[in-house]
Amino acid sequence: MRKKDIILEDQKELETPVLHENDVENDVLDEQNPVSVEEAENIVTETEGEAVSELDMTLLTDWEKFDAMEQALEEERKRQRQDRRARRNSPASVKKKKHAGMKFRRIFGNTVGQIVLTVLSILWVIPLFYLFIQSFRKEPGAWSPTFFPQEWTLDNYKRLFLETEFPRWYGNTLLIAVCSCVITTLFVLAVAYAFSRIKFKARKPIMNVMLILGMFPGFMSMTAVYFLLKILLPGYYQSHLSLIIVYSAGAAMSYYVAKGFFDTVPKSLDEAARIDGASRCRTFFQVILPLSKPIIIYTILISFVAPWCDYIFVSYIMAGVPDIGMYTVSLGMYKWLEREMIQQYFTIFCAAAVIVATPITALFMFLQKYYVQGVTGGAVKG
Amino acid sequence: MEFEELKLTLPQKIKYKMKRFFRKLGRNLKELFTRLGVRIKMFFERLGKSIKNGFIDLGKGIKGFFIALWERIKRYGQSFWYGNAQTKISYLFMGVGHMGRGQTVRGVFYLLIEVAFILYMVFFGGNYLAMFLQNIFTGGNVGRTETHVSDVWNDELGEYPIIEGDNSFLIVLYGILSLLLVGFFAYFYFKSVAESFELEQCKIIGRKPDGFKKDAGQFLDNKFHLTLLSAPMVGLLMFTVIPLITMIFIAFTNYDANHEVPQHLFQWVGFENFKDLFTSGSSLGKTFWRVLGWTLVWAVLATFTSYFFGMLLAMLINKKGIKFKKLYRTLFVTTIAVPQFVSLLIMSKMLDTGGGTLGSGGGIITQLIEQIFGYHLKFGIDIQTTRICIVLVNMWIGVPYSMLMCSGILMNIPQDLYESARIDGASPARMFFKITLPYMLFVTGPYLITQFIGNINNFNVIFLLSGGGPGDLMLYTDGAKGTDLLVTWLYKLSLGTDRNYKLASVIGILVFIISAVFSLVVYNKSTAVKGEDNFQ
Repeated sequence: MRKKDIILEDQKELETPVLHENDVENDVLDEQNPVSVEEAENIVTETEGEAVSELDMTLLTDWEKFDAMEQALEEERKRQRQDRRARRNSPASVKKKKHAGMKFRRIFGNTVGQIVLTVLSILWVIPLFYLFIQSFRKEPGAWSPTFFPQEWTLDNYKRLFLETEFPRWYGNTLLIAVCSCVITTLFVLAVAYAFSRIKFKARKPIMNVMLILGMFPGFMSMTAVYFLLKILLPGYYQSHLSLIIVYSAGAAMSYYVAKGFFDTVPKSLDEAARIDGASRCRTFFQVILPLSKPIIIYTILISFVAPWCDYIFVSYIMAGVPDIGMYTVSLGMYKWLEREMIQQYFTIFCAAAVIVATPITALFMFLQKYYVQGVTGGAVKG
Repeated sequence: MEFEELKLTLPQKIKYKMKRFFRKLGRNLKELFTRLGVRIKMFFERLGKSIKNGFIDLGKGIKGFFIALWERIKRYGQSFWYGNAQTKISYLFMGVGHMGRGQTVRGVFYLLIEVAFILYMVFFGGNYLAMFLQNIFTGGNVGRTETHVSDVWNDELGEYPIIEGDNSFLIVLYGILSLLLVGFFAYFYFKSVAESFELEQCKIIGRKPDGFKKDAGQFLDNKFHLTLLSAPMVGLLMFTVIPLITMIFIAFTNYDANHEVPQHLFQWVGFENFKDLFTSGSSLGKTFWRVLGWTLVWAVLATFTSYFFGMLLAMLINKKGIKFKKLYRTLFVTTIAVPQFVSLLIMSKMLDTGGGTLGSGGGIITQLIEQIFGYHLKFGIDIQTTRICIVLVNMWIGVPYSMLMCSGILMNIPQDLYESARIDGASPARMFFKITLPYMLFVTGPYLITQFIGNINNFNVIFLLSGGGPGDLMLYTDGAKGTDLLVTWLYKLSLGTDRNYKLASVIGILVFIISAVFSLVVYNKSTAVKGEDNFQ
């Protein structure tokens, strides 16, 4: 009964004819593309078939008759389709599977997919390609009306290395990255191993506290860190040492991925080593670490790249430093794009970006496997 | 077929077909919204449950802590009552109880800790701690004397000398440091007392306690976790915990550009700052709600666009028969590999609006759009345009990331599910909505919420693309601008001309609350977390 009500209700709602100029078009579209409508209808059709048969046909309006007829036809079509599918999948007709129509459809689908992917991937790389070719542009100024430079030159690179502070920035960043990378990796591995393998009383509370700390925006404590550095390194707080401290002191908080990895290393290995009389220290260094190459590489990669990409902390620590040679690449290059500098420095920025991005991108691509493992592992574990 | 006598004219047929189509559309939409409603309801129910569980856990933790503390105190009293003279002396001088009982070196360490602590408190920390606690509950100055010009004429300088006052910020910082040190000292104190009583007992029953060498050796074996954790934890305490707690306390003061240290003192003001921010009538309140609204809208948009397009892309690349899979993947991944400050800055310059009107130049994308469509992109001038551009550019960065994520998981979906669906005659779209999507959502649910929180805190994309701009003084005050997220606003409030540390701290705390609420859902839902103990 309820279903009947629905039908009648719908009828009321749609009593006013919905006729537009492009009705014919819609109709054609419907015919051409029956699959999409069918999908949407499947659920409804199943339940309505019975309802219609219960109705007294003589009471029906034209519209309802039409509706019922369509449904019956559709049911029929669906049944036929299922039959066809069943026949196609039956072991007897496996060979027939490579039917010409099917084959055509698959090839067509793949070609479309291939084209879409090609277009998208070109779209994806274009901005970076633009950056690359702009670094060879001879015309000065920030904007050029054409995508490709009108004249090509290597001057930007020459000026970058001879006239700007860029080489020093590069050296600074490299130094900071290497130092903080070493410290971070040691910290992360130590913390992850301790939490993964050793059961001690404070383990859960510390992990919970770290979880909570991680929910505060990392930048929030910066003002206080600045004061602390001022106290700890009087007169020397706007230095690379400060940056190394800032990048690596909180490293313990990012132990999750590494812990996830250690959790998957069989515990029986530890136990076997312990039974053989190895101390925990030896177990860690001689049994577990040699097995942890992927995670070590992942941690090194992440912590090495971080200082190159960071702008927020370096801009705070180095705010108002008189000697711009103290900057790291990200801060210095950011300054080049400020309103007063951009006209003069845009192409040089592009050249510098190429110099900075190439090794990092190469490193990343080279170690992509480990990165993907880290990302997926961490994500699925939550 | 009994309906065959039904003769209809073409317009009638069309009309009926349309009717049918709209009816089914309506019904499907209704179904969709009902489902969505149920999902949302479930989400909030789960959220409620999570919050409840969170509080219960917190309560249990606090209860456990106090029970442990009470045990400690009870033992403390008992051992004083039953202990001999040497043990009793060790209540005053830590470590005396260890000396001459086989753990002299340990005792010396304890004594040194006590001496160091007392020296620290007497000459440095005590004063700061007192000033820190002085007005904290009653409100009032943080510190005693403000920097001022002396009343007494100084002949040598030929002026009234400036007398430097207290530095309120350092008082808060050192106050918290001292409180933490007091905590640590208390821990060591109780530990040493308990140990000295134990040593006395050992002597009575004739057991020899561990010597120094064995004791130290433990740090590489059974106590190896202490060795592993000490350095990272010290770093964490010094440069994350203490600064963070300090900034949380700053949220309850009026520390801003008008109360800059060390020239001025600032005051404890209680919850005033929170009240100001939540007052919807004031300009600050309006700004805050606008920024919060955009932050949430941004987080939802950024998360879902990246996620869904990433998943579709992954499915397309993983499709059977697609060639050059590896090449495509590499091309897409380049945007992750290139440092964000390079890729986003170049993007922002490509979108630059130049003079803001037709024919006024600008970045290459603006110029190309102008040449093709005759429309001038107002990136960085019009708030809505800027927001749309930012979401689109974020897809450029975010989609490959989700693609990497999804690729692995897609391959893990049991293939027989698809097989049986295909035999039952399901269309590809239907298979996507009924199999792939539910599976992916189930597996990557935690990741999705992590991404959501990450986007709430997504400083880079906003700051490097638009710098938070464009501003609109009618709508936004206190340094905030049209595309600012809470975190970029926080950054601006801690630096430069708009600095307002108290407001920055309040915003930081609010971001924490938002993140915590969403994390709680993951935390309670994720089986990985629950199973963590079983795994061990």
